Amino acid sequence: MSRTSLRRSSLYVGGGSPAKILEARFCAADCIVYDLEDSVSPRDKDAARLLIYRAVRYHRPPGKYVLIRVNGLYAPQLGEDLEAAVRARPDAIRLPKVETAEEVLRIDKRIGEIEAEAGIPQGATELWCNIESALGVANAREIATASPRVTALALGAEDYTASMGARRSKTGWEIFYARMRVLEACRLAGISAQDAVFSDIDDLEGLKADLETARGLGFDGKTVIHPRQIDIVNAAFTPTQKEIRQAKRVLQALEEGIRNHTGVVVLDGSMVDKPMERRARDILARAAAAGLETEGEWS
Amino acid sequence: MEIKETSMVGTLELGDVEITLWPNPGKGIEIELESDVKLQFGGAIERAVREELARFSIENACVRLVDKGALDCVIRARMACAICRGVGVPYDWAKEDGEK
Repeated sequence: MSRTSLRRSSLYVGGGSPAKILEARFCAADCIVYDLEDSVSPRDKDAARLLIYRAVRYHRPPGKYVLIRVNGLYAPQLGEDLEAAVRARPDAIRLPKVETAEEVLRIDKRIGEIEAEAGIPQGATELWCNIESALGVANAREIATASPRVTALALGAEDYTASMGARRSKTGWEIFYARMRVLEACRLAGISAQDAVFSDIDDLEGLKADLETARGLGFDGKTVIHPRQIDIVNAAFTPTQKEIRQAKRVLQALEEGIRNHTGVVVLDGSMVDKPMERRARDILARAAAAGLETEGEWS
Repeated sequence: MEIKETSMVGTLELGDVEITLWPNPGKGIEIELESDVKLQFGGAIERAVREELARFSIENACVRLVDKGALDCVIRARMACAICRGVGVPYDWAKEDGEK
């Protein structure tokens, strides 16, 4: 199973369309999310389920992190969705509208049963939980740590703002608290934090501004709903050359400090402390994952 | 298994195939294919259809396909769905557990 370690962009792909499923193989998104939920009409759920199953099991896009979004936790289709999705052997199943840790445990147990029946190694199927309501945001920490399968939380802003009675705006102030709470839950659990969709696919400047906020807060990636958003999202979550150079300088300064037995290391007038080192290492790790040159003389 | 009722799956979008399946009691398998690539791929498409019918032990059925350039895996997925709808049974997901 080839997968990328990058989780910068996750593209939703409608499960009812063979053309879109095929096109997704060639897009630049790090993660492909084959969708059985919102993009598929109730009468075509069975057809989409088979299409996605065959596409993922036998024609998996190489080098991508592959997810299948199943129908809601209380939807009548969920049982069969899980049967098909787990057996298709994606990297993860994306659960919509998760609100409690108990819901995660219920799904975790069922996935484990299907893995056992199908001869799939226990725990191979990861879970991404969509947090899309006030209750989900309130319980984000418990959801993030409910099961070792949970490797990411993804904020769903449209449903969340509806549940709050808030008006959705491009500035994103109405989701600021939810973003921070989801992000904090992810950091405490040591899992990936995925930002909400930017719905206006024609407003690429608005998308850039939204990404500035998301990246600045600390998110690892963002869900996209149209291929034209992918490059911009990938760029936002890839360290710039300037950031890489500065990160290298920080680590070089630390190396020199160790070599020269200097107690305090100073760079450009500022003391290099542990948080700076951690940030520098994180930047270089993300740059290396994106295939950028990060060679240096530090360890 | 026997096809009990007419079923229809798929669309006429590029890359898809629209399949109509209906009972054909005691008369075997009859396949009608409309495709721009019939000359090149008609044989492969018909083979995929027959193999999917055989996987469900369907011996009598009429199948009409309007192909818009669907890949083999799409044809097979659409066929499997048409058969399940026509027979009136859910897909047996455990069926391929042993396959690589």
